[in-house]
Amino acid sequence: MSKDKKKGNDKDIGSREQFEEHVKRLKLSDDTLIGLYRTMCTVRHFEYMADKMYAAGKVHGTMHLSAGQEAVAAGISLAVHSDDYLINHHRGHGHFIAKGADINLMMAEFIGKDAGYNHGRGGSMHIADFQSNNLGANGIVGGGIPQAVGVGLALQMQKRKEICICIFGDGAANEGVFHEAMNMVALWKLPVLYICENNKYGMSMDVERATAKLPIAQRADAYGIPWACVDGNDVIEVYDAMKIAVDHVRSGTGPYFVEALTYRYFGHSKSDRNLYRPKEEIEDWKQNRDPIMRFTKHLLQSEIMDEGQAQEIDNQAEQVIVKAVEFAEASPEPDISTLLEYVYA
Amino acid sequence: MPEISYLEAIRQALWQEMKRDERVFLLGEDIGRYGGAFGMTHGMLDEFGPERVRETPISEAAIVATAIGASLLGMRPVAELMFMDFVFLALDQIVNQAAKMHFMFGGRANVPIVIRMPGGSGAGAASQHSQSLESTLMHFPGLKVINPSTPYDAKGLMLAAIRDPNPVCFVEHKILYKTKGEVPEGDYTLPIGVAEIKRPGRDITVVANNIMVMKTLAVAERLAKDGIEVEVVDPRTLLPLDTETIIKSVARTGRLLVVHEACQTGGWAGEVIASVVGSPAFDYIDAPVRRLGGKDIPIPYNRGLEKFAIPQDFEIEEEIRAMVTGKR
Ligand SMILES: Cc1ncc(C[n+]2csc(CCOP(=O)(O)OP(=O)(O)O)c2C)c(N)n1
Ligand SMILES: [Mg+2]
Repeated sequence: MSKDKKKGNDKDIGSREQFEEHVKRLKLSDDTLIGLYRTMCTVRHFEYMADKMYAAGKVHGTMHLSAGQEAVAAGISLAVHSDDYLINHHRGHGHFIAKGADINLMMAEFIGKDAGYNHGRGGSMHIADFQSNNLGANGIVGGGIPQAVGVGLALQMQKRKEICICIFGDGAANEGVFHEAMNMVALWKLPVLYICENNKYGMSMDVERATAKLPIAQRADAYGIPWACVDGNDVIEVYDAMKIAVDHVRSGTGPYFVEALTYRYFGHSKSDRNLYRPKEEIEDWKQNRDPIMRFTKHLLQSEIMDEGQAQEIDNQAEQVIVKAVEFAEASPEPDISTLLEYVYA
Repeated sequence: MPEISYLEAIRQALWQEMKRDERVFLLGEDIGRYGGAFGMTHGMLDEFGPERVRETPISEAAIVATAIGASLLGMRPVAELMFMDFVFLALDQIVNQAAKMHFMFGGRANVPIVIRMPGGSGAGAASQHSQSLESTLMHFPGLKVINPSTPYDAKGLMLAAIRDPNPVCFVEHKILYKTKGEVPEGDYTLPIGVAEIKRPGRDITVVANNIMVMKTLAVAERLAKDGIEVEVVDPRTLLPLDTETIIKSVARTGRLLVVHEACQTGGWAGEVIASVVGSPAFDYIDAPVRRLGGKDIPIPYNRGLEKFAIPQDFEIEEEIRAMVTGKR
């Protein structure tokens, strides 16, 4: 049942035939594929804009950007239903955007405005949208992993069809609650899909220096949870694995664990001089393994879209982000008179 | 005397003590090449090597527990929790284990560990990275809680903390890291549990900790121009708390205000006030005793809200004026 493709290091994007065969097997229409491309472009523009705004002094607090990891977010969102529950971690912009969050409200929250998802209380690290079952990002590494047990338990007790998706990083898998949660979720056969987004580092800590045995996903074996470890920069492979996982979880047979191997481009957070990884490594991932570049090549090669369309979609995605910034900047700050609000329900 | 920052003062203490005592080692997240989230251990990996600057996975409970275990065999670990907020992940080990071991084992076990943790708001890090939890840690006998406000105090107290045979929570403030002050280059320790009068004055005693000491001193400077003389007392250590220095000060000034960034409810101001009003200094009190703590809210992300979540200079000033003049 378990498979470990370990394709994260594969520079070869694969042949046209393989790609076409793969998308045919998965029954993905051209429109769907172009949608994936659009989602990834939107996430990328959001993150680069966030970085630019930070540099321009428009962002007060901290942020964790996911540029380079867009295929994971896009692949997940295509495999799940829009009303499935999401428990996110601190590097969560991409997952929220892919799941259909309102980008204006995200951007407003990012710069701490009252119109933002959290009325400016949370910022980048805590974006949540309870109306669309996004149960929030977390500033405590690993903090959401055991909460997913509770969400899964409620779904089971309420006999519902939705599932819970819980996303966290390679570093988070070393918190003790990770193991407590894996045991409980397996014991009670809860409808939870755990996704470990392994971007090779937890802050400055290389996953190989932090983890006694890789892949991380093999830990699921200890709890009898089926797992997969996939190339997180190949959006189709991500989707393929997520679809299998989601079907399994939704069938009521219990949890599933997917590890997606990917890479972050920006520093860990606002203050990071990248001293812990070679420049060549960053460049290699950007030049040779970029998820958007790889997918674009396939879509062009298979004539699913042409250069003009690719450019147009990218421009449109950028415009969405530019508009979101306009919206956010025009929104008022939270009023100081509301300082004591929202503490109790 | 050289002027160095609060952060450099602590680093100097760690560095010098690691040179002096080979039992001392550091452990924590990203403390190696990265130098720690705030740069505290910058350069230490090269100097002391990965064995004594031991980077850990993201596992706070195990970080503190590892320090405890190593200390039982005579090591002197200094653990870093990247943000004070993460102390809760390690609190079982700190409170149920480290704090009680000496007592439970009939005085036969020592746990000489230091747990460093930067607290405080002001960096836009929102509710889970900005708390001031020093009051919480005061509640556990067996622990010591140190909370320096100046580079000089920070170095002397860090050296004392490492040499102390008990578990010590060393609470730093991230906004103080860059503030500068005179610090002797050599070895010196300050006694744990002794407050310092940072500024003498006859009209009112203001007890404040870490960043609030700086704010209160600035306010005192302004008020002096209007003839109001503020005595600023910095406890420096919250557990044990030097109530004697505070009580004597209030007996002289007749007025007491306590200022801290931690949420007001359940904050350490209550402890100070209870000690004073229950002491002979009560007879000298001329005005209602007051406290000014952080608002009882989680720290908000938005810059404006974040600022007003904790006592501001003008609020401290207004409070002192009202107490001294009796007019609100
Ligand atoms: C309990 C806790 N410990 C430490 C941190 C500081 N911190 C924030 S993110 C991070 C790295 C997390 O790595 P990973 O889980 O791999 O996620 P990534 O940032 O790589 O997406 C660390 C150490 C924290 N926020 N919470
Ligand atoms: Mg990571």
